[in-house]
Formats: sequence, structure tokens, C-alpha cells
Amino acid sequence: MKFKKTLMATSALTVAAGAAFAASHSDMADSMTIVSWGGAYQSSQQKAYSEPYVAMHPEVSVTWDESSAEAVAKLRAMNEAGNITWDLVDVVAADAIRLCDEGLAMEYDPEELLAAGDDGSSAEDDFGDLIVSDCYIPQIVYSTTFGYRTDMVPEGVDAPSQICDVFDLEKYPGKRSLEKRPINNMEWALLCDGVAKEDVYDVLETAEGQDQALAKLGTIKDEVIWWSAGADTPQLLADGEIFMGSTYNGRLYSVIVEQNQPVGMMWDAQVFDLDGWIIPTGLPADRLARVQDFVKFATDTQRLADQAKYISYGPARASSAPLVPEDMKQHMPTDPANAGNTFLYNYSFWADYRDDIDAKFQSWLAK
Amino acid sequence: MTDATAGAVPASKDAKPGQMVAADGRPLKESLNRALRLQKMRALMLIAPLLLFVLLTFIAPIADMLFRSVQNGIVSETLPRATAGLSDWDATTGDLPDESVYEGLYYDLFIAAERKLHTRLGSRLNYEMTGMSSLFRQSGRSLDDIGDVYFDQFKDLDKNWDEAEPWAALMGDADWLQEMQAWKKADGEMPEFELADGMEKLLPRTAETYAAFAVFAQVDEGKSLLKEEPWVLVHTALYQDLMAKDVSGYSGPQAEMLKAADAAVSGFESVTFKDGMNAIDDDWLSHTVWQTIKTYSPEFTNGYFLNAVDMQKTPDGPEFRSENQRIYGLLFKRTMFMSLMITGSCILLGYPVAWLLANLPMRTANLLMILVLLPFWTSLLVRTSAWKVMLQQQGVINDVLVWLGLVNDADRLVMINNQFGTIVAMTHILLPFMILPLYSVMQTIPPSYLRAAKSLGATNWTAFWRVYFPQSVPGIGAGSILVFILSIGYYITPEIVGGTTGTFISNRIAYHISSSLNWGLAAALGTILLAVVLGLYWAYDKIVGIDNVKLG
Repeated sequence: MKFKKTLMATSALTVAAGAAFAASHSDMADSMTIVSWGGAYQSSQQKAYSEPYVAMHPEVSVTWDESSAEAVAKLRAMNEAGNITWDLVDVVAADAIRLCDEGLAMEYDPEELLAAGDDGSSAEDDFGDLIVSDCYIPQIVYSTTFGYRTDMVPEGVDAPSQICDVFDLEKYPGKRSLEKRPINNMEWALLCDGVAKEDVYDVLETAEGQDQALAKLGTIKDEVIWWSAGADTPQLLADGEIFMGSTYNGRLYSVIVEQNQPVGMMWDAQVFDLDGWIIPTGLPADRLARVQDFVKFATDTQRLADQAKYISYGPARASSAPLVPEDMKQHMPTDPANAGNTFLYNYSFWADYRDDIDAKFQSWLAK
Repeated sequence: MTDATAGAVPASKDAKPGQMVAADGRPLKESLNRALRLQKMRALMLIAPLLLFVLLTFIAPIADMLFRSVQNGIVSETLPRATAGLSDWDATTGDLPDESVYEGLYYDLFIAAERKLHTRLGSRLNYEMTGMSSLFRQSGRSLDDIGDVYFDQFKDLDKNWDEAEPWAALMGDADWLQEMQAWKKADGEMPEFELADGMEKLLPRTAETYAAFAVFAQVDEGKSLLKEEPWVLVHTALYQDLMAKDVSGYSGPQAEMLKAADAAVSGFESVTFKDGMNAIDDDWLSHTVWQTIKTYSPEFTNGYFLNAVDMQKTPDGPEFRSENQRIYGLLFKRTMFMSLMITGSCILLGYPVAWLLANLPMRTANLLMILVLLPFWTSLLVRTSAWKVMLQQQGVINDVLVWLGLVNDADRLVMINNQFGTIVAMTHILLPFMILPLYSVMQTIPPSYLRAAKSLGATNWTAFWRVYFPQSVPGIGAGSILVFILSIGYYITPEIVGGTTGTFISNRIAYHISSSLNWGLAAALGTILLAVVLGLYWAYDKIVGIDNVKLG
């Protein structure tokens, strides 16, 4: 019988699956490879999560790999080769959804894997809507927003404060930098072309809406430098190459606060996005047990709040917010003073329309 | 060898008269071949490790990657019943597929969703049709809606239909059931599920779906069939079987329960699969969704290649994409054009340098050589970023020009994030690949030729153009091939300094490999690029002759 053959061929798996249940606290792997983005962000994770964890478990050695930017492709290649060398991977939410769809990330049960909030709320309530995929363990909320050179604001004009100032070349002449992908840019273009915020995605679903967004972007196309790495805009701002540009708020924070550059933040229509962990599927039982233990620790209320000491990203748990240091609060994208007008990255829309709109966007860019 | 005298030895019986034979009586030709073969084998053995290494680590992975450009098994593997049903469906009439296809789809999708394969298919089909990704993801969540209709009615009839053990007793072989009941976790592997005899005949759909469930529960989940209740899909299958088949002759385990159900099913509330799928997502009644699935159901597809040349599959054959989605033709042309420009500038800049290297006194030439090689030893990224600093609007060159008063401060030159920037940076990076072959060829040209030409009355130009230059052409050929082939696949420099108009096809390949995960399209683009390079190489061989290429 056919199915019997399948059974025999995969019976090795049965043993592996059986072993997963047998794993107890005592047989956890002693080493862990964690993948993140490098730079200031990764070091904030090291200080807030892995250093205290290793202090509690001196037998564990943690290796950091700075491959998050290529994580999706690399995980797929590892999965096909049948050799997963990563234990925990830091990715943005859209990538997590993609990995979950591809079966490359493990689904988990929040109540089981994650610690309850310090204020007594259950993990599921504490993270709330931010668990945007069954595989995703959110850590922080960041935003993509604009920074501008304060010394390049024309005389007699107020500093830019509205998203549509980006599209106003008369009032604010100068180069801009935008990310070399349709996501966020299309939404901003429509917002500034008279589309109401709640209608943006309905409009963007249609071919006319996409053309409308591209036409609006076309009005500033000659003045735009398109970036693909998060470090580009801060560098361009520091060099005075551009007047204003979009990037992640944490990058702007370090340009303004740590490097003392004459740069101002423009929070209007900032787009919230998430960064968090996924656990790759197919980990051996001992490594899985270790990673689960680490994740439970690293995503508890205190740890998430600790991370905000080192970088200006908002913790994903509601219960962590009160613990964020006072002087960091004003730099958080979630701070009420900054979050007057915000956008939440629409994951399901972009999961569907990404391929299509990207083809149009790239074709438009190349001409 | 003494074979030369073999002709004098009396011919052995297998040698024909008049043939030269070796000392052992074999024909000389054969004997020689033997010796040569041995030598060849030995040579092959010596290079075998390298050959194997290249084969395993280079040829095989590339072949595997390129093969993805036509592979498309995922659709028919994930939806075997639906795609089989669709083969009889005519996509051009505008009618939706019939109920049996919807039935197949429901079965396929249910099993795929349990095994979490449906979303993978969704993202595959989303490359072809926007919205497929969420259609599959969301449908996967609500598939139970159809099965629950039957499940609830069976459960109301007899609670045992919602229990694991009666099901296992009904469907499983008696021996297996005994083994399973005796099995404990400590024993290790679970006894593999076996269907009861005759069950495939009696309840074909139920047997098939229960077996699929059994494999999933035992192998993927590691759960016991005595504890795990079957999917609601199995209840749906049972309803269909009982409606279609007569089970009155059945006398095995759970016969009472089955017969009671058989008597009751005719009164069951039912739902057609089409309506059920429509309720889950009305896109399942969309003609184009089915058209897309049918178009991409064969195991191999030319769809990726069509995409790679800005076309798409339609029921009426391949068609060009709409104007605003075409990009690859433009990028291929641009890649060719810019690679030619880069090769040309490398020749122009490299030729005099190579000439100087070959003709200056040794000491000075060595110093110059180090200057040529120095950038070669510097990281590619550093050199590219250095060009960024040089060329940008607030960069070194613009600053100097403004300071000299040649350029107004308000309109500084735009020299980066465009084709100019890419050509400048890549010419600089690839220049050594032009200079080195040129240099090694020029070194072999005796200076006395030029002197002889001049003493015969040639002007400087004639002497160079008629005597020196033709002899240096093999170096130009070698350098050009190197530079052109390297630049056509260049990725990192155009990405950093190319902006939007200076990027290459390789940047799109990288995007599809690492971001969109459309590896099939990336493979198709890569295959085309490889074919273009091989084609150009062939043309070069025909026109110039590859023998004329000298690397030294």
C-alpha cells in the first residue's frame, strides 16, 4: 500500500518527533547561534538579553551571526540542505510571515512559550495584536520615518513637520532619500495626493491607485536618492547630500543624540513595523529546548524594557512600557508626542501585492 | 620499444596478414592504444580529486539551481486531485470547474493545510497572480467549516464518531490494533498503521483520508491513533462513501455504529463543495484563480522564462506583459551596454599603462606594477565606498571643482547613483584585469620591430598602428573577455553606486534570491545571462578566434 511506504520512508522522523517529547530541562544544548542585524541594534540585544542569560547559565555559549538581512533566503537554503545551523533568528514581521508561509519558521503557542507579563496579564494579552503571525515572537516596535537637516531649512520657512512636505519641492527644495521599494513610499504618496488615510489600501489595490501613487512619486523622482541599507540615509544626512530622508527611527536617534549632527525628526505619518524572533523549524530537541528557555527569558517584561535603555525602539509588551527609562521615552516612536499621526504596516496587503507592485515599481524606477 | 621490429616476427593468428604486430603478437595499433589509454587513465586519476571537487561544489549546485527555472512540481504535488480534475476542464469557455474539482480541491487543501504546505503553494502562485498568497493562507484557516457540517451530525448520531479509538478499530487492521494497544512510549517507534482488509473497497474515500491522517498523526506529529481524533475531513469522506456505497454486508469491528450511520446519512444536511469553498472565500468562484492553477499545474513550466523576458502565460499562449511591468528586457540591454562601455574604457585607460609597464626600465616598471596591483589588494567594498566619497555632490571632486570656480555651488555635478557612477567605479575596479593580460602580451613584442619599421621610413603612427598594435591584439582580446564577463555579472558595485539607472540584471537576480524568494525566476534570469555569455564567447571565437587570446 502506498501510504505504508511513506510511513516506512519517514519512520526516522517518528523517532525524532518522539525524542522531542522526551526532552527535559536537563538535556539542553550548551551553545546557541542567534542571528540578528549587527550594529547598535544587535549590541542592545546582547546587553539586554544574552549577557544576563549567560550570567545565569555560565555553561551556555552564544554565537551571534549578523545575517538577518539575508535570513529568509539562507533559512530556505538551510532547510533544503537539511542542516539548520541557526537557533533563533531576528527578522521583521513581513519576513516572519513569509517564513511561516514557507514552513521555515516554527509555529508556537504564546501561553506556553512566553512568560506572563509582570503586571499579571497573560502573554497573549500582553503582546496583543503584535503577534501578527503564528510563528512570530515580537520584540520591539520601530518606525520608518523622516529626518531632515536643520541647517538646510530655507530661511523664513518653518521646519518640515508634515509628511507632504517631502513632496513639496517648492517650499523645501533639495534632495530626498527614500527606500528602494514600494512599501511605505506608495502609502505616503497616496496620503499626499489627497487619499484619506483609511482608504489608502483600498486605492492601492487597484491598478489606477498604483499608477496614482507612482505619478505622485514621479513629481519628486529627480530629486530622490534611493537607499537599500538602513545606514544610507543617516550617512547621506551627515554628509549634507540630502535635505531629508526616510529611515528607521533608531538610526536617526543615533545620528542626533550620539553623533550630534544637525538633524531633526519628523514623526508625521511614521510607519510602525515590528522586529522579533522566529525559531527555525527542524531543530534537534536539545537545541530547541535551549532556545525555548532563552526566548522565555529574553522576551519577559523586564528584558524588553531593558533593551529600550540602549536603543530607541519601543518594547512590544504593553507591560514593559512603564519600565522604559524616562529620558528614552521622548525618542520612542510610540511616545504620545510622536505618535500623533501613524501608520501600521499592512502585512496581509503587502504579502499579496508585494510581487505585483514591486514589478511595477522597479519598472518605473528603471525608466 | 621493440615494437618497431615487430613486423619481422611471424604474425599471430588474430593479426591479419600484412599488419604490424607488437612483440606479444598483438596488432601494433592496439598495443599502442593500450599504452596510451593507460597513460590517460593515470592522468585522469591525478586530476580526479579536482574534477570531483569541481563537479560536486560547482557544477552540480549550479545545474541544480538552473534547473529550478523550469521546475514547477509544487502545484500538482500539493493539489494532486484538483489538478487531475482540471486537466479535463476547458479554461477558455468561461465556465467554472465542476463539483468534482471542488471536491478534489477541498481534500487536497485540507491535507496540505494540516501539513502546512498550502501557504507555500500560495506564495508560489502569488508570483503569477496577486492575492493567491492570502487566498491560500486564509482558506487554510477556515477549511474545517465544510467538514464540521458532517462532523457535527455524525457526533450527534453517535458520540463514538468523535472518539479516536472506535475510528482506529474501524479503519485499522486487527493485528495492528492489538500491537498499538500494547505499545507504550518506552517501546520506541509506534507500530505503523495498516488499513483493515477490504476497507479500501468498502469505504474508498474514508480509507484514503484516514490513511493520510494516520501518516500525519504518527509520523509528523508523533501522536497515537488511539488518542488522536481524526480530521473532520474523514467525516466528510465517510458521508460521501455512505451515500454512494452499500455497507450492509460489512461485519467487521464497529459494524453496528457504521450501519446506524449508513441508515441516517440520507437525512443529513449537506453542503456542496463549491458552496463550501465559496463560503470560505468567494475568490474560489473566480475564473482567473482556476485559470492560474490550471496554467501552472504541469510539473515543468516555461513560465519563469517567459517572466524573465517580460512575458506571461495566458490561456491563449504567451503574451507580453503590460508596458508598466516590463523591466527585464531593459535591464538585459542595459547590462550589455554598460558592460561594453566598461570594457571600452578599460581598453582606453589600460592600453597606455600596459605599454608603459612593458617599455619602461625594470625599476620604474616594477613600481608602476605595484601601483596597478595595489587597488587589487584592497577590499572591493572599500574601493566602491571610496568612489562614493569622491563622486557625491558634497564629495571631493565637486568640492575641488567648486573651489576652482569651475562649477557653481548651487548646481554641483551629479556623478553618482547613475550610469556614470557605475561605469567609473567598475572601470577602476576591473582595470587590472585589462592591464595584466595586455602587459604580458606586450612584453613579448620585441622593441626592435618598431625600430625596424621606423628605419624603413614609417611615421610613429604608422609604425604603431601597422606593426605594434596588431601584435598586441591578443592581449586586448583576453583582457576584454575577462572584463566583459566579470562586469556582466557584477552585483555589489552597481548596487552601491548605481542608483536606479545604473543597476544591472544581477541586482534583480539578487533581489529574487534573497527578498522575493522567487528562485525560479532568479534561475531563469541566471540561465539567460549564462546563455548570453556563452553565445558571445562563441561569436568571439568565430570572429576573432579563441586561439588568438593570450593571457601571457
